[in-house]
Amino acid sequence: MAETTAAHYDAHGDHAHAHHDDHHTPGFFARWFLSTNHKDIGTLYLIFAIVAGIIGGAISGVMRLELAEPGMQYLPVWAGGNIDAAYHMWNAFITAHGLIMVFFMVMPAMIGGFGNWFVPIMIGAPDMAFPRMNNISFWLIIPAFLLLLASMFVEGPAGFNGAGTGWTVYPTLSTSGHPGPAVDLAIFSLHLAGASSILGAINFITTIFNMRAPGMTLHKMPLFVWSVLVTAWLLLLSLPVLAGAITMMLTDRNFGTTFFDPAGGGDPILYQHLFWFFGHPEVYIMILPGFGIVSQVVATFSRKPAFGYLGMAYAMVAIGFIGFIVWAHHMYTVGLDVNVKLYFTAATMIIAVPTGIKIFSWIATMWGGSISFETPMLWAIGFIIMFTLGGVTGVVLSNAGVDTIMHDTYYVVAHFHYVLSLGAVFALFAGFYYWFPKMSGRMYNEVLGKLHFWVFFIGVNVMFFPMHFLGQDGMPRRYPDYPDAFAYWNHIASLGYVIMAVGMVFFFVNVIISLIGGKKAADNPWGEGATTLEWTLSSPPPFHQFETLPEIK
Amino acid sequence: MAGAKNHDFHILPPSPWPLIGAFSALTMAAGGVGWMHEQAWGGWVFFLGFAFVLFTFYSWWSDVIREANTGDHTPVVQLHHRYGMILFIASEVMFFVAWFWAYFDAALYPDTGEAVGGVWPPHGIEVLDPFVYPLLNTLILLLSGTTVTWAHHALIHGDREGLKKGLWLTVILGFIFSCVQAYEYSHAAFGMAGNIYGATFYMATGFHGFHVIVGTIFLIVCLIRTYKGDFTPKQHFGFEAAAWYWHFVDVVWLFLFVAIYVWGSDFGAAVVAGH
Repeated sequence: MAETTAAHYDAHGDHAHAHHDDHHTPGFFARWFLSTNHKDIGTLYLIFAIVAGIIGGAISGVMRLELAEPGMQYLPVWAGGNIDAAYHMWNAFITAHGLIMVFFMVMPAMIGGFGNWFVPIMIGAPDMAFPRMNNISFWLIIPAFLLLLASMFVEGPAGFNGAGTGWTVYPTLSTSGHPGPAVDLAIFSLHLAGASSILGAINFITTIFNMRAPGMTLHKMPLFVWSVLVTAWLLLLSLPVLAGAITMMLTDRNFGTTFFDPAGGGDPILYQHLFWFFGHPEVYIMILPGFGIVSQVVATFSRKPAFGYLGMAYAMVAIGFIGFIVWAHHMYTVGLDVNVKLYFTAATMIIAVPTGIKIFSWIATMWGGSISFETPMLWAIGFIIMFTLGGVTGVVLSNAGVDTIMHDTYYVVAHFHYVLSLGAVFALFAGFYYWFPKMSGRMYNEVLGKLHFWVFFIGVNVMFFPMHFLGQDGMPRRYPDYPDAFAYWNHIASLGYVIMAVGMVFFFVNVIISLIGGKKAADNPWGEGATTLEWTLSSPPPFHQFETLPEIK
Repeated sequence: MAGAKNHDFHILPPSPWPLIGAFSALTMAAGGVGWMHEQAWGGWVFFLGFAFVLFTFYSWWSDVIREANTGDHTPVVQLHHRYGMILFIASEVMFFVAWFWAYFDAALYPDTGEAVGGVWPPHGIEVLDPFVYPLLNTLILLLSGTTVTWAHHALIHGDREGLKKGLWLTVILGFIFSCVQAYEYSHAAFGMAGNIYGATFYMATGFHGFHVIVGTIFLIVCLIRTYKGDFTPKQHFGFEAAAWYWHFVDVVWLFLFVAIYVWGSDFGAAVVAGH
């Protein structure tokens, strides 16, 4: 297939130094704005994700502030005394919080950040397959984010600013309910973010299939690389369906089509099917790289190889595959046929099997290991416990009969924050502390790291655990106000936010003082448990690593 | 840092096109929103962004072609390109899945309200006869699939004249297809707005038509490159990518023809009803 003439190939040697693929670090502007270097692009992604996370986290702080007491305390003041504007402001906040955390924090950090940094290194490759395309994946995220932020400041529903549709952007609220341009800006934001992710997915799949160093077979790849491979397939095959759905919405809004409008024979439920055909794989897109990170961290600090390596890899493949055929469990209350609900209940419960394989294999990895509890390990163990809790409530919700009661209550909010805020985010922090010495060349402060973990751990549990009770008592999600009966646990949850925020102070202080004055990191600060290729390189690695490819035995 | 690279992968210098391309897309999107909401600046900003997007495509792929001609595309890099193109087409397939999903959702379970009347095609919609222009277009696209294969075989066997003839014919057939589509759109008795039939019909066939135009441009680029002496019998991935894309567009059309034009026609409804 990939043939070329011998003469042509020889010519490469003659020209190799004539054009500019030299190995000097470019100047500041070229290095950070025109980059073709996977590590620099990964760093840009991580910085972006932290900025977006601060914004998304601040919005949730406003939400917890308003919810701390029954009644409307703060939003009406900011909305100039207009209670309807205050209600809409709430809707705009939950929408922005969801979209920012999903598309602009978790995904850029997991895949763009750690994926870019460590997938090429872990497979022994000098860079990504398409280094220039890699950079447009990053730079498309910035316009996407700007469009989303802009949408908060232009008209959505008549007279109010911002898209108050929820991150799912269901019609008809998002069509006839939002005649202003805010939703159009949000749609284009998702178009650009989607294009960014699809190009990134193509890049990762090609890199992992084609650029593994000699001897690095698929069955020798680190589990983090497997996780990104599966994630990239999910992105590639699910995002275009979202693109189609939001394009239909765009034409419904602006060009008179009636895809989702029953008056013209269309069907609002069609949007939900298309959205969740993307949306369910999307939740695995957010968590699978976290699985990969946790596998690396647990193996490193247990000083044992991951238990059941092949089972771990193929469990992720299975989760990815089944993830495409369970989407309607998000739609149990729209009036699906009972047999359809039966299928989606059964299929959804099946996912607990490969997920269980992963949980038990992490525990078995630790079993009999020489465990040490550095900060990344604390986050990884925290992940395993909290993700399991979120997974168990997921099994509860998978049952269509039960979900009919639970749907759109705080029980669902509790569930997906346990798998995301205490799952994906814990994995992100595990990865951040694990790889911080490698990326920056400096050690983080262990005491501050552990303080960050414990305070954050207590904070998010105090914040999200009571939401189970609120949900079981019937408190609906997406409301800024509630009856007095829900006051107690809401107050506790808001206190949890404050504790969590204090924990984050330790994180930011740690990052700043470690970057400035952290102890120089050795090539491998974690000892014999850290066996993947990034620990064979200097900290930080050279601008271009593996100019001679490593041999994997 | 001797820069002694002992592998065949392509390490690239910094490039301005990703940054310019991303902000061109932002300009286009912002202009598009303004345009749709009847702002005087909207159309201008949209087309400014669009022009820069086109400029980015042109400049970026010019760089790629230059790199190919200076030997950066080693066998393994060519393999990257093959994977990249196949994966891109896979994502395009999923994009069309969305439009077919919308179509089948409407056609298999016709809405019983006034706009559709519980039948497909909806009552009151005068649909196109599949066996006139759509069938003609099917034959045109299938024929163009053979001419692009002719061009490919000519290229492999070093027959540059055959390559040019095959490409010219493919481009002309693609152009005729687009003209026939434009003619049929402009003479159809139903519009895009107000009815789910028009929505699914025009968006599915319209996105296909857009892909035909993109594919035609891709083939025209290959034709220009042929005249400039690019492509060897052994290395011509730019041509192959265009041919793959063209076949993909062809296959999508076959599904559109069968599902929307034939099965969704009065003829199809009669067959399904057993008349």
